[in-house]
Amino acid sequence: MKRGALALALAALATVPLWVPGTFYVNIASQILLYAILALGVNVLAGYAGLVSLGHAGLFGIAAYTGAKMLTAGGGHWAGPAAALAATVLAAAVFAVLALRGTGLGFVMITVALGQIVWGVAYRWISLTNGDNGISIPGRPSPFGLSLAAPKTFYWATLLVFLLALASMAVFVASPFGAALRGTRDQPRRMSALGYHVWMIRFVAFLFSGLWTGVAGLLYLYYHQFVSPQAVALTASAEALLMVISGGTGTLLGPVVGAGLVVVVKNVASAYIERWNFVLGAIFVLIVVFMPDGLVPGLARLARRATAGWRPQSAVAVAAPREGTGR
Amino acid sequence: MSALAVRGLYKSFGGLQVTSAVSLAVEPGERRLIIGPNGAGKTTLFNLMTGELRPDRGTISLFDNDITRVPGRRRAHLGMARTYQIITLFPRDTLLRNVTLSLLGLTPLRWNPLVRLDAQTALVARAREVLARVGLGHLAERPLAQTSYGERRRAEIAMALAQNPRVLLLDEPFAGLSLEERRDVLALVTGIPRDVTIVMIEHDMDVALDFAERITVLHFGEVVVEGTRAEVVAHPRTREIYLGE
Amino acid sequence: MSLWLLLAVNSITLGGLLFLLSAGFSLIFGLMRIPNLTHGSFFMLGAYLATSLIAHGVAFWTAAVVAGIGVAVFGGIVERLILRRLAGAELAQVLVTLGLSFMVADVCLMVWTGDPIRIDTPAGLRGTTAVMGLGFPTYRLAIGAIAIVFAAGLWLLLDRTRLGAMIRAGVDDPAMARVAGIRVSRLFTIVFCLGAWLAGFAGVMGGPILSVYPGLDAEMLPLALVVVILGGSGSLVGSLVGSFIVGFLYNFGQAMFPEMAYVVLFLPMLIVLVVRPQGLFGRQPA
Repeated sequence: MKRGALALALAALATVPLWVPGTFYVNIASQILLYAILALGVNVLAGYAGLVSLGHAGLFGIAAYTGAKMLTAGGGHWAGPAAALAATVLAAAVFAVLALRGTGLGFVMITVALGQIVWGVAYRWISLTNGDNGISIPGRPSPFGLSLAAPKTFYWATLLVFLLALASMAVFVASPFGAALRGTRDQPRRMSALGYHVWMIRFVAFLFSGLWTGVAGLLYLYYHQFVSPQAVALTASAEALLMVISGGTGTLLGPVVGAGLVVVVKNVASAYIERWNFVLGAIFVLIVVFMPDGLVPGLARLARRATAGWRPQSAVAVAAPREGTGR
Repeated sequence: MSALAVRGLYKSFGGLQVTSAVSLAVEPGERRLIIGPNGAGKTTLFNLMTGELRPDRGTISLFDNDITRVPGRRRAHLGMARTYQIITLFPRDTLLRNVTLSLLGLTPLRWNPLVRLDAQTALVARAREVLARVGLGHLAERPLAQTSYGERRRAEIAMALAQNPRVLLLDEPFAGLSLEERRDVLALVTGIPRDVTIVMIEHDMDVALDFAERITVLHFGEVVVEGTRAEVVAHPRTREIYLGE
Repeated sequence: MSLWLLLAVNSITLGGLLFLLSAGFSLIFGLMRIPNLTHGSFFMLGAYLATSLIAHGVAFWTAAVVAGIGVAVFGGIVERLILRRLAGAELAQVLVTLGLSFMVADVCLMVWTGDPIRIDTPAGLRGTTAVMGLGFPTYRLAIGAIAIVFAAGLWLLLDRTRLGAMIRAGVDDPAMARVAGIRVSRLFTIVFCLGAWLAGFAGVMGGPILSVYPGLDAEMLPLALVVVILGGSGSLVGSLVGSFIVGFLYNFGQAMFPEMAYVVLFLPMLIVLVVRPQGLFGRQPA
């Protein structure tokens, strides 16, 4: 049954450009997929490590800006992305070393500060980043001769990368390392007593998170063919986190659903409401207060109750993980 | 050669001296009981032994190797395991997964991000064995949230036994258990073979006395009485401390 | 020479503003363990409210106090209606304050539009004052003085009053404080409102120098974070020292490395994080 649903979903995704009414929607689909990759990346830390980052837009931006600088300097579509990803993973390492000095709330605060540093560079270091005017890139790549300039081909390329990301997440989650990471989320004290190197596990997870965040940043750059400080703002980090918590942090597909939700609402809302930020903030507040699990677990719970009758369930608040360590 | 020895251990928090000039040596295979009123510093002593806390002064050695500077996570690899006074199991996992994580901690496999954990048949089979040993074999697939408190207490011990320790530190393993459950856990603990040295903290004397060969009594962070069970039970200071409660 | 002195005065000014802003943040975080991400919005909201009051003829200082009260009331409502519901779920509280900051920012945009609004320097503090033969903008000196006054006042509050003792107890050990009979929930509301008032008041103080504009909240919030991480949470001295360090760094950084100024002021925070995670004067790590 599950395999069938999966195959169906895959088929639906693969044929999106054929059944959606127009290129506008194909583009929305591409955006959903690239933000889903970002959300998956953020979820590695927020969901599986219990470390909430509000600075991931910084890593996202480093990837996009490095790519942009490389491409405008004449680097090809192999060197540019490679450099961008390398820079992002390096930055993730730096972020990790600093942010892991704090636990729980300290971690959040430090990531905010780090994200703001990157934003400050993007916004103020004009000779490097062109400031508010942003950087445009000449065009999308043509891997193996196939131009990604058209919305449809770009969508399929993004879909491919998304499926790769999703597969790598699935493998990661089922692996011993993935289990160890979740262990450090739930009982860091005990994990240490069991022989695990808690700091190192978190550090490596941060790198993995940074890698996929960087991939998303590159896709963003190629999608818009432009990057500006807006991509690095605190609101961008908040949106990424919102995608994760609205979909649900404890599941593989939760962040994907959340990304879809946020992108759709954002695009639809901005057609009717000028004040997207207000809506974003309000949704944040409502979800955190009333649906701490997120939508996917909530709906899954409802589905189980409806089909299997009532069973005692332990509600596990996933969006508000607590640190197991003492102060 | 002692299995576990601490010499001149001191620890203070802010202005409070929690551990003061504590020295003790546990022989291989011994069953040592550490008792004392609340606030005597028993759990702090365990935390110092396992490396969760760093002593201000003093040394800790494991089979004559100085481990004072060895980080906590490495002490598990040297053969030290502990249980916790407050149950610290993994709440979102099954009992089987809990014990599997315990076994995983000592193998290089724990760094592997590519293979499936559930497919590690040897590891999982050993986890089932450990669960069976503590009488929880039939509950292996049960999520922790659906187990009883008594079952969780036994799972705590399973987690530590899974590490195949040379020195096992049990922190109040009988806390909150019914009389019958206490007898079960006592049988479990006394059934552990002699190649494991056991140090137990207990607050409740009834069940723990049966277990103990030697007893160390802590009071306000200091060792006040130490000796064989008979000696300590008869000692006037012991009575003073416990009757004064 | 005079450039350096001018920079020094500007640094003291910014330091003073930052102290008013971050003292509240530090108290809220220290006592309630909530990194209040709405704090920048409090600053901005206070300034905006004052512009409306002043436009209706209210005097500068009155407007500053009243705007602060307005922000404090808003803060109180937020604390009682939302934050208290999430008591214990620290992460949820952080996220809620973040969501609220976006809502406040957009409401301000709606009400006061996107153009920067200048607040005039209050009469009596305009012009320059001669200090050691050089003229310094009087208002900027005044802010430094006001910050010192408030620092002293807060110190007295914390050190000499019952309320202060309760706050300090709560910062040191919340569980013990409850056991000792301190009405922690009421204390939380009081401290949150106090912090909000300070931020709003600071916003008005900063008006003549910074003006008020959309995005002011996003610029001030990280500065408060840096001060608190640098100085240590829950420490008044830490906020004071941290604020002036940041003030100096920002101004001298601006002069020496204009494009890197914003980044320069984060550097000591990063250094402190690596070397002494609890901040210069803090007791618990961030």
